[in-house]
Amino acid sequence: MKKILTALLAAVMLLSLCALAGCGSSKTLTLNVYNWGEYISDGSEDSLDTIKAFESWYEETYGEKIKVNYTTYASNEDMYAKLSSGAVSYDVIIPSDYMIARMKDEGMLLELDFANIPNYQYIDESFRGLYYDPDDTYTVPYTYGVVGVIYNANVVDENDVGDWDLMWNDKYAGEILQFNNSRDAFATAMYKLGIDVNTTDKAEWDRALAELKTQSPLVKSYVMDEIYNMMESGEAAIGAYYAGDYFTMLDAQADGVDLRFYYPERTNYFVDAMCIPSCCQHKELAEIFINYMLSEEPAIANAEYIYYASPNSLVYESEEYQEELGEEAMEILYPGIENFSELYNAYAYQNLDSEMLDYVNTLWESLKIA
Amino acid sequence: MKTASRIYTALVMIFLFAPIAILLVFSFNESKSLSVFSGFSFHWYRELFRDSETLGAVRNTLVLAVSAALISTVMGTAAAVGIHKLKNRYLRAAMDTVTNIPMINPDIITGISLMLMFVFVGRLFGAATSLNFATMLIAHITFCLPYVILQVLPKLQQMDKSLPEAAMDLGCTPMRAFLKVEIPEILPGIVTGLIMAFTLSLDDFVISYFTSGNGFQTLPIRIYNMTKKTVTPKMYALATIIFFVILFLLLLSNLVDEETAQAVRAAREKKNARKKG
Amino acid sequence: MKRKASGSLALVQRLALAPYSAWSVLFIVVPLIFVAYYAFTDLQFHFTTENITRFFTATSVVTDESGTREVHTYLLIFMRSLKLAVISTVICLIFGYPFAYLISKASERTQSILITLIMIPMWMNFLIRTYAWMTILQDTGIFNGFLSLLGLGRIHIIGTESAVVIGMVYDYFPYMILPIYSVMAKMDVKLIEAARDLGCNGAGVLRRVIWPLSLPGVISGVTMVLIPSISTFYISQKLGNGKFYLIGDAIEGQYTANNLHFAAAIAFILMVILLFGMAFMQRFANKRAAV
Repeated sequence: MKKILTALLAAVMLLSLCALAGCGSSKTLTLNVYNWGEYISDGSEDSLDTIKAFESWYEETYGEKIKVNYTTYASNEDMYAKLSSGAVSYDVIIPSDYMIARMKDEGMLLELDFANIPNYQYIDESFRGLYYDPDDTYTVPYTYGVVGVIYNANVVDENDVGDWDLMWNDKYAGEILQFNNSRDAFATAMYKLGIDVNTTDKAEWDRALAELKTQSPLVKSYVMDEIYNMMESGEAAIGAYYAGDYFTMLDAQADGVDLRFYYPERTNYFVDAMCIPSCCQHKELAEIFINYMLSEEPAIANAEYIYYASPNSLVYESEEYQEELGEEAMEILYPGIENFSELYNAYAYQNLDSEMLDYVNTLWESLKIA
Repeated sequence: MKTASRIYTALVMIFLFAPIAILLVFSFNESKSLSVFSGFSFHWYRELFRDSETLGAVRNTLVLAVSAALISTVMGTAAAVGIHKLKNRYLRAAMDTVTNIPMINPDIITGISLMLMFVFVGRLFGAATSLNFATMLIAHITFCLPYVILQVLPKLQQMDKSLPEAAMDLGCTPMRAFLKVEIPEILPGIVTGLIMAFTLSLDDFVISYFTSGNGFQTLPIRIYNMTKKTVTPKMYALATIIFFVILFLLLLSNLVDEETAQAVRAAREKKNARKKG
Repeated sequence: MKRKASGSLALVQRLALAPYSAWSVLFIVVPLIFVAYYAFTDLQFHFTTENITRFFTATSVVTDESGTREVHTYLLIFMRSLKLAVISTVICLIFGYPFAYLISKASERTQSILITLIMIPMWMNFLIRTYAWMTILQDTGIFNGFLSLLGLGRIHIIGTESAVVIGMVYDYFPYMILPIYSVMAKMDVKLIEAARDLGCNGAGVLRRVIWPLSLPGVISGVTMVLIPSISTFYISQKLGNGKFYLIGDAIEGQYTANNLHFAAAIAFILMVILLFGMAFMQRFANKRAAV
């Protein structure tokens, strides 16, 4: 056993050294891209492998080899922790709005040269001048979405459906899922109570905490990705999540589970946008990459893979895309794009200063230890 | 008694392999669900081999585990030899304590402590990237080292001291005596240390989480980062493949072991026969 | 001539220790100093004890069956982590000890097979294994499906303390077995036979011979299970339904909330407690061994 293992180790070692040497010797350009996990079309289900496509497109167009070093993060906060430590260097990042605002305030983003991003013209007017980037200097929107409530119609009475109250309905004790991240969880309570999610009034946050504490005996589980399994299998019946993800669950629901979806009146609107952090080493290359991501084929592939709404008119006006998604999904994913900026500016998360963040985190801990 | 222990062994194995069975079954699932089985298909295996990012992460994980295991085994074996020869009681105690620290410290502290240092030093020198493959490798070597040392040291202590001396009396140079006599004696410890280091590095998530950086992502980190979207059965397919590769190696080695065991037995019989004669 | 040569060998052997000594200072000792440094400084790297006092004094209001009361947040989190870790360790010991003994008594070939079998799960990533446990333990999961098939009804496991303990026991069980086994495998059979000859019965042999001799293995097994289970932050999130906030979660939470200094302070306190605890245990074990 041991001999063989050792031999195997040696073989793997040699191979991997060769692989590493291979990387080192050829002088290819590298572009470091840092994105959410599972947030780009990766070639599965016969889709386009966007990263690979970019690499070959670049070589064809500019006659130079490029290697995209693609890494992922689990949350805005994880990404921020790595970047703010100054220990890493990325060329393109795709954070959410409130994190963009924070990074911009802290001087962590570079202004974009839109001459290199002509495809920006396809971004819908509604997504320009949003609060986190009022002059459209730092960001190019990648996806956007709305948080909604998913429920199992075989368990939940249609009469109880509507607004956030369903998630506090004690008829469904032990069937309810709540977000396992402080910002989204507090927001559900704040939208329910009609509190501004960006308030700096600590008493208002305390009120939201009290609301979450009354909910906590009803909560089956605080979840992120676990929500998929739990909703699909009928383990839980009610949960709030990002609109597009509902369809992923719908595709995999068990017999006897009938998942439905609705938007509460006040709810979270988010935009994730491509930015260039100040640690960027190939700015022009990064802009070329961003521009490529806006072009038709990769943009549609990404939107189909991620299943979130796209602010890119090349995508949502594409017939092929609309057909692929179907009527129901189009309706849910694109609920009235016309007044988006108005709703967005009213309900989106904004950056909280570090003192508030610390306070919210403390409240969150006190909820979780109960 | 015999049956009781058989049943006990079986129960432990069921416990250890129950989740593995789940991985195996759901890797053949038709749909994306990890809890609802809707039909048999090889779909996720096809997807896995098309997913260059995941395959890249597997390669990274192996490169890291192999490099960390080899380096820590060489350094750890040398260290064990050195510690074994230490005569000064206080120095010896100090070395033992330092060796124990990464084992007594939770992963999360080892990870954070190294991260703080790398970041601080990186800032001091104005490095663009202070977290990368090198820092991850350093971190993995650091937590593997004590396991190697603790495997090799006992073998050195068990070794008959007169063996290398005898070799030298027979005209071996000390270096040769060390290589030809001592090393083979402690080899089982070295190999166990190597395998343990490889296993620990392969399975580590926490330390990698804190020390990973630019463009070098291992499989555990890739999986962890799927937490906003769902973990796909692709990962189950990957685990299943790993399982069968190990199983295959196990069967193979069993055959080889059998042969060596026979050879050893034969040699021993010959020797005994000679003695008697 | 010979003396000179062996002198140079001694030198080489002493030098063999040099890389490791340098390494352990650079990457074991110095990083720990950094933890202390961050723990005792604020954002501007000025000295402060605020992070440490915060750990001991922060309070929050908790409402449960026994009413509403004020608790010390981090002390409660720490005690809860300790409790779950101790339970897991004890279970690992109770089930692992006899198993290690069984292995050590098997034929050499069976021994190597069993040990490899124990290590195989570790080659598959622990995040994935924990994920699979979710599928097993869910209310609508495999285990409950099995129970209701037998007509035993369902039991609610996931999200309870038991689920977290199962996850910890599962992940760290091999770490208990391996060190105990390696001590037992080396145990001199003659000692046991001698004890039998001297009139010891089975229990007596176990208590007076096998247990004391295996104590070093038990100690390292306990350490190797207790330490990771006290500080885990993934198992509690997945199998505890996000309802068990442990000390590892607290450190990770402060790290992602970009509170590096407080994260370092929690880590520092945890480290000090564990180092003292282990030193105490080691001393206790040495005494026992001496007796």
